[in-house]
Amino acid sequence: MHNPQLNKDGELTHLLSIEGLPQRILTQILDTAASFMEVSARDVKKVPLLRGKSVFNLFFENSTRTRTTFEIAAKRLSADVINLDINKSSASKGETLLDTIDNLVAMHANLFVVRHASSGAPYLIAEHLHRVGRDDVHVVNAGDGRHAHPTQGLLDMYTIRHYKKDFTQLRVAIVGDILHSRVARSDIHALTTLGVPEVRAIGPETLLPKHLDKLGVHVFHDMNEGLKDVDVVIMLRLQNERMTGALLPSAGEYFRHYGLTPQKLALAKPDAIVMHPGPMNRGVEIHSAVADGSQAVILPQVTFGIAVRMAVMSIVAGN
Amino acid sequence: MSSHPEILPDAEAQCRHLADLIRPQLSRNPALVGIYSGGAWIAERLRELLDLPEEIGLIDVSFYRDDFAEKGLHPQCKPTVIPFDVEGRHLILVDDVLYTGRTTRAAINELFDYGRPASIELAVLADRGGRELPVAATYGAWAVELNDHENLVLGKQDDGRLVWRMENA
Repeated sequence: MHNPQLNKDGELTHLLSIEGLPQRILTQILDTAASFMEVSARDVKKVPLLRGKSVFNLFFENSTRTRTTFEIAAKRLSADVINLDINKSSASKGETLLDTIDNLVAMHANLFVVRHASSGAPYLIAEHLHRVGRDDVHVVNAGDGRHAHPTQGLLDMYTIRHYKKDFTQLRVAIVGDILHSRVARSDIHALTTLGVPEVRAIGPETLLPKHLDKLGVHVFHDMNEGLKDVDVVIMLRLQNERMTGALLPSAGEYFRHYGLTPQKLALAKPDAIVMHPGPMNRGVEIHSAVADGSQAVILPQVTFGIAVRMAVMSIVAGN
Repeated sequence: MSSHPEILPDAEAQCRHLADLIRPQLSRNPALVGIYSGGAWIAERLRELLDLPEEIGLIDVSFYRDDFAEKGLHPQCKPTVIPFDVEGRHLILVDDVLYTGRTTRAAINELFDYGRPASIELAVLADRGGRELPVAATYGAWAVELNDHENLVLGKQDDGRLVWRMENA
């Protein structure tokens, strides 16, 4: 099958989704990110790799954190960064997505970082660039609808590898609203590709997608069962808008069943790490004592995220 | 004196020769920085031979190369590690083969992002000519003439010994 993320030599030219990427590319990204970690620790936090290149942050959906980390990553690669808040500009005047892209390519854009509420929008852009003969322009998906958030998935893998070294002996639990989570989807594909033998999904029936077992995921509705002896706990943010619908009774009720408290975390292995993509809702999906506790690696995730985004941008821009 | 090699010389003996050339300069307390991967091995060997107490620096110039636009990022880059303060230090950059001078240029650029060294010298095991930049080795163990299609590669054996081999480019 044609994979629009890879060029004819099988090298990564866009990052659209972790699904369909071979293990060697995921490993290459993680290894390269390890080299970039060192750059961020220097006095001069910059390398000249993307000097003179223009990176356009196209955020059709708000996300301060993701946009900021992409901006920092691009600047540490010496690229020029242009942030476009599309809600407030052309799209509201009726311009189509691809017309916007054509205009930005005419301004000599080299790389687009795209966040969009519609699943598949970054694919659409990548296919369009290929059609108009601009294979020298690259796309990085910064989150599309419920579909994928590949750089978050990769930074989660970087975090796990950093603390656990080896993927092939691990039990990893993903807890919460997996149905609406592009992070969960990217994590599941990445964990499976990297050889994690046991991936668990824990959540209420209404927030778990059907057919998770087809992805090789073990499903639990009871957190006390699901957390038993896991090495890694990935908590997901409970989006407030889900609370208003029929999916959940209340935030308090949710916390009682699926909030990560010190008591529940004690069921995991003693050296288990706790991850969260942020922003956290303290007292909804995670207890403050866990969020600020010694097993939480939530802030290191943010630091690793910059190195991973530097790795992704420099790899695609070079291919 | 340079001539085309019939038999490849002993790289370990060349390391000892290189150490002898550097030894008179030790009063300046130089710090060694090896360029991955061959230069890193040689720098480690020089550290033993010169009995230097300090950890060596390791440099991977992947992020500073001038051929990124043509070749992209090297798929196996390693972290640069400079375990000492570069500011005001006398540095000796160590590489296995000096050829176009582009790797040296990239390494010097990278070092300056860590601070302003007092000086940078260059120590190489082999100088094969063919310079494309105004770069010269301060210390060289072996001047060698090679054809364009020939590639001189330093390898490390299982027993830790450094050995030369010739590859066709």
